[in-house]
Amino acid sequence: MIPARFDYEVAGSVEEAVRLLGESDDAKLLAGGHSLLPLMRLRFAQPSLLVDIGRLSDLAYVRDAGDRVAIGALTRHHDLTTSDLLARACPLLAFTAGQVGDPQVRHRGTIGGSVAHGDPASDLPAALLALDAELVATGPGGERTIPAADFFRGFLETALAPQELLTEIRVPKLGGGSAYVKFNRRAQDWATVAVAVAVTNGGARVALANMGPTPLRATAVEAALAGGAGLDEAAAAAAEGTSPPSDTNGSADYRRHLATVLTRRALEKALPA
Amino acid sequence: MRRISFTVNGAAREVDVEPRELLVYVLRERLGLTGTNVGCDTSSCGSCTVLVSGESVKSCTMLGVQADGLDVTTIEGLATGGALHPVQQAFHEHHGLQCGFCTPGMVLASVSLLAETPSPSEAEIREALEGNLCRCTGYHNIVRAVQAAASA
Amino acid sequence: MAATEQRSYVGAPVPRKEDARLLTGQGTFVDNLSRPGMLHAVIVRSPHAHARIVGIDTSRAAAAEGVVAVYTGEDLKSEWQAGLPCFWPVSEDIVMPTHWPLALDKARYAGDGVAVVVAETRALAKDAAELVDVSYEVLPAVVDIEEALADGAPLVHDEAAGNRCYTWSLAAGEVEKEFADAAVTVSERYRQQRLIPAAMEPRALLVDVMPATGDVTVYSSTQIPHIMRTAFTLVLGIPEAKVRVVAPDVGGGFGSKVEVYAEDMIVVPIARRLGRPVKWVEERSEACLATIHGRDVVQHIELAATAEGKIRAVRVRLKAAMGSYLQAVTPGVPLLGAWLYGGCYDLAAYDFLCTGVFTTTTPTDAYRGAGRPEATYAIERAIDALARKVGKDPVEIRRLNFIEEFPFTLASGLEVDAGDFHAALDRALEILDYDTVRKEQAERRASGATRQLGVGFSTYIEMCGLAPSRILGALNYGGGGWESMSIRCLPTGTVQIVSGTTPHGQGHATTFAQIVADKLGVDFDDVEFLFGDTAVSPTGFDTYGSRSLPVGGVALWHASEKVVAKAKAIAAHTLEAAEDDLEYAGGRFAVRGTDRGMTVKECAFAAWHAHNLPDGMEPGLEAQHVYDPPNFSWPSGCHIALVEVDTQTGAVFLDRYVAVDDVGRVVNPLVVDGQVHGGIAQGVAQALWEEAVYDSDGNLATGSLLSYLVPSAAELPSYETDRTETPSPTNPLGVKGVGETGAIASTPAVINAVIDALAPYGITDMDMPASPERVWRALQEVAK
Ligand SMILES: Cc1cc2nc3c(=O)[nH]c(=O)nc-3n(C[C@H](O)[C@H](O)[C@H](O)COP(=O)(O)OP(=O)(O)OC[C@H]3O[C@@H](n4cnc5c(N)ncnc54)[C@H](O)[C@@H]3O)c2cc1C
Ligand code: FES
Ligand code: FES
Repeated sequence: MIPARFDYEVAGSVEEAVRLLGESDDAKLLAGGHSLLPLMRLRFAQPSLLVDIGRLSDLAYVRDAGDRVAIGALTRHHDLTTSDLLARACPLLAFTAGQVGDPQVRHRGTIGGSVAHGDPASDLPAALLALDAELVATGPGGERTIPAADFFRGFLETALAPQELLTEIRVPKLGGGSAYVKFNRRAQDWATVAVAVAVTNGGARVALANMGPTPLRATAVEAALAGGAGLDEAAAAAAEGTSPPSDTNGSADYRRHLATVLTRRALEKALPA
Repeated sequence: MRRISFTVNGAAREVDVEPRELLVYVLRERLGLTGTNVGCDTSSCGSCTVLVSGESVKSCTMLGVQADGLDVTTIEGLATGGALHPVQQAFHEHHGLQCGFCTPGMVLASVSLLAETPSPSEAEIREALEGNLCRCTGYHNIVRAVQAAASA
Repeated sequence: MAATEQRSYVGAPVPRKEDARLLTGQGTFVDNLSRPGMLHAVIVRSPHAHARIVGIDTSRAAAAEGVVAVYTGEDLKSEWQAGLPCFWPVSEDIVMPTHWPLALDKARYAGDGVAVVVAETRALAKDAAELVDVSYEVLPAVVDIEEALADGAPLVHDEAAGNRCYTWSLAAGEVEKEFADAAVTVSERYRQQRLIPAAMEPRALLVDVMPATGDVTVYSSTQIPHIMRTAFTLVLGIPEAKVRVVAPDVGGGFGSKVEVYAEDMIVVPIARRLGRPVKWVEERSEACLATIHGRDVVQHIELAATAEGKIRAVRVRLKAAMGSYLQAVTPGVPLLGAWLYGGCYDLAAYDFLCTGVFTTTTPTDAYRGAGRPEATYAIERAIDALARKVGKDPVEIRRLNFIEEFPFTLASGLEVDAGDFHAALDRALEILDYDTVRKEQAERRASGATRQLGVGFSTYIEMCGLAPSRILGALNYGGGGWESMSIRCLPTGTVQIVSGTTPHGQGHATTFAQIVADKLGVDFDDVEFLFGDTAVSPTGFDTYGSRSLPVGGVALWHASEKVVAKAKAIAAHTLEAAEDDLEYAGGRFAVRGTDRGMTVKECAFAAWHAHNLPDGMEPGLEAQHVYDPPNFSWPSGCHIALVEVDTQTGAVFLDRYVAVDDVGRVVNPLVVDGQVHGGIAQGVAQALWEEAVYDSDGNLATGSLLSYLVPSAAELPSYETDRTETPSPTNPLGVKGVGETGAIASTPAVINAVIDALAPYGITDMDMPASPERVWRALQEVAK
């Protein structure tokens, strides 16, 4: 319940954060702390330096950016759920943020932290995959944009370089339907499996949470839909190419089954009959 | 050690803390505010819930140093002028507590809910308390209490 | 209030006296207390379920910042005159291995303590604990009861061959003949999964010492300060009079704090050695390992019945996991249910046999309901199985079998004093609107709806209010079942109750004050409740087994009678009237036919100044009563669960929950409902969410509140409760226990409902918890 000792610095700007990150081999950014502190409390993580970016309030925003909505990395889950702009332009993200943890978690946890943590069981990463979001990272060499599809590399592993900060997340304004269907045993829990669907001009994109080491696109479902398959048939392909974990909330087999059921339900919600 | 300055229950406080000290321990051990309880080590139980800038937060999942400059309300700061806060009063009248261990967190989570949603439905109350575990009451009377406080 | 007006706090929903401090953050939970110079202890625990301790190197830890001492079991061995006590050697053949507070030779479960670090702060003690270097020779684990009994299984204790701890049996009537003659028999096998009690306050201890006198004060998050005090003498040899145990506010117990734990016997000697106060506070994931677990029983139940479904005999075979060691009453838990596998049904013959089994797991012990939830689950599921076999509705089969006349001697041998099972069932059906529910169910079945409806019943009876001391003695239990209560009237009119029961959420300060306020005619606010400190309340048997009101409350009633009797003598003397001429009402003795009178308060004052008392009367108005109940207490009732099962995901939703309980006379309906609600939630949680899971290496896979699924408000419905009332004739208050009823009744109601929902698919069995995956698998299985 007590983290190991560490040094602590408050970053006053993105640049300072990048610089501070360079000062130690195992420095870690601290945003809302709701993924990092639980690990540190159990001493599963023992960084020697924490760089607190929680006070970079200029990175907490939801902004209209033409055909996209731009979201600052430090925007809290709670602020996503209550954003009028998101409710209109990208209800999928607003709704999904409301599915994260509990109100207390949503009052502290940030979208940037959630994405950067790269937990396959997390909600927002799956939604961002389905949305084909763009993730903006800033490092010593400046800024770069990473498509969500390239961002999640492995279990708790992302495309961010050690000295890089996630600064902004851009999601498309949705014309079509969308849905996020999360299955868990208690409301406060992470998803046993969850499915995000976003419908755009290009068709429906489907993403899965907790069906492998990273959040995944259910490409077989997308392809089936694109090929004109019915919802049942398309959803039946949801577990294709996945490697879900087995734990006390469900075996891999059960998760594969759930993925098909939840995908069917999400498609039905997202796609007008 | 680092010096932090923050407002706790309306009063300005300055304390020296180690960066690794969780806010809940800063409150309990540095400031003697033991009303905020610790019921788990996985951020699951909500016993440690306090208000930070008026919003419910699990004080076991926040460092004391992160509270620098912020406004924190603990259960000790909720009753004013000797009168219980309406949520506290409703918990009393509706027997929303038994052993009382989850209660400070439960009350503050409810206060935060009512600030955001003044007239919640039963389902909304239950959802909003998803992060607060109680082993004694079966939640029935807690929900009644929050409903009563909402219409008070 | 006019003196003659009869007050009636008893029966009224009086909000609790306890609330004010708990609602404002002024609770006195042990971790809220501190002492100057206090040190902090952290236990180093075995990560292995079964391992020989080859060596422990404490040197790095001892040299770490802030560390005052590091001890292993060998270092502290000389402090222990005996291992941790088990108070219930149930049988002649029982094997009771010594349970050292820190493992000396082998660790026998993941979490077994092997060393303790004491440092100036909690954080430094944690840091140093990581530096204790223990080398283990890992041995094979055995976590499953039946595997533990199999030939060649790893032995948990060398002295317990085949990992058998004991066998215990109870039989009455011609069981063999009934089975031979039975038109219908039912044979079912159920598993009571292992549960983690998870009181919201983890355990905590603060030990203060007075080296000059040898006095020890132990602040403990315990349900049993009195029993604990005795245990310090048994294990550490400290004279009982030198030990004071204080249970301040305790954040729930549910049986998990009816224990003498290793840490008690570690921290006290450490504090004595170091001459400084020492605190130990359990972390939650530590609690999941090191605080007792509940249940973990394999049940085989058979019913012999007539063709129409009248049960004639019940035969039960249990295999009950003890875990790695015997805690306070571990072996006795199955016995607490041993009489109840016939439920509230009228049988001719009964046969019960239990085998206690050691496994390399956390010790089990009494968890809310202890033995009775297991029994109720088995019979309530088995009777549904019988109903299916004879083609009857679950309501009909229950009515056919109900005991109808009271007092009634159960086939198992104990006498049920009062009840009315039909009345509770009638009322519950009415609240549920049974016909409408069945209609809706039929519609969903017909339409093949994804979400199917199921109704499940549990008509239960339980025995609680532990207990007649003689019966406990006959069962080889190490203590008594009486309770002690004192009432002290202070000179200026306030009244103190000195309680032998130790509430930790049950509201005794309120309900007991209601009883006394009525009896003595004093203001509720003028009654103070003193408890939980052996220096204040030196005698008692504490709080568990739904005993506080039916035993302690009745003791209190008798003590009040004694106070009133003495006050009456004082009043008669003062008023110069014969006692027979006094009428007592509302706390005032009036001389019949006059306006002269005297209140109990006035008598208390007269008794204090003692200027004019009857010859030979002792000054002071106070009385103690120690009450030993003549019988157990027998609450009963009917619980009905209405569930929806998502046949695609396997998810179960508890839509409605109806509970009609007969807990005898009710002192405070608010408190009683609260007890019922909490019990229901715990029992439902067993049915749907909670399970302590070990992997085959003996690692606890559900070792935190992330993975051990204690439900929140979001998973549970509001409960629809009501009561029927058949007052217990064995005590003057007419009360029965209520602390465990909900947990006892609810589990089978929910599982029966799940099975009912899935009946059209041919599903007749469901293990607990009925997790989505289990339900899905059951559906897969029948689809094959
Ligand atoms: C009880 C509980 C329940 C939860 N339930 C859910 C759930 O149901 N679904 C779900 O999706 N999540 C859940 N979470 C996790 C929650 O969403 C976290 O808030 C989120 O994952 C992390 O955001 P944060 O701001 O708190 O990040 P932090 O914990 O501060 O950081 C997380 C990681 O990301 C890095 N990081 C943070 N910000 C940045 C940045 N801008 N750029 C680069 N790296 C960065 C940090 O260094 C760290 O490694 C839960 C958490 C808790 C405590
Ligand atoms: S102690 Fe903070 S959530 Fe449990
Ligand atoms: S009142 Fe005891 S945990 Fe909620």
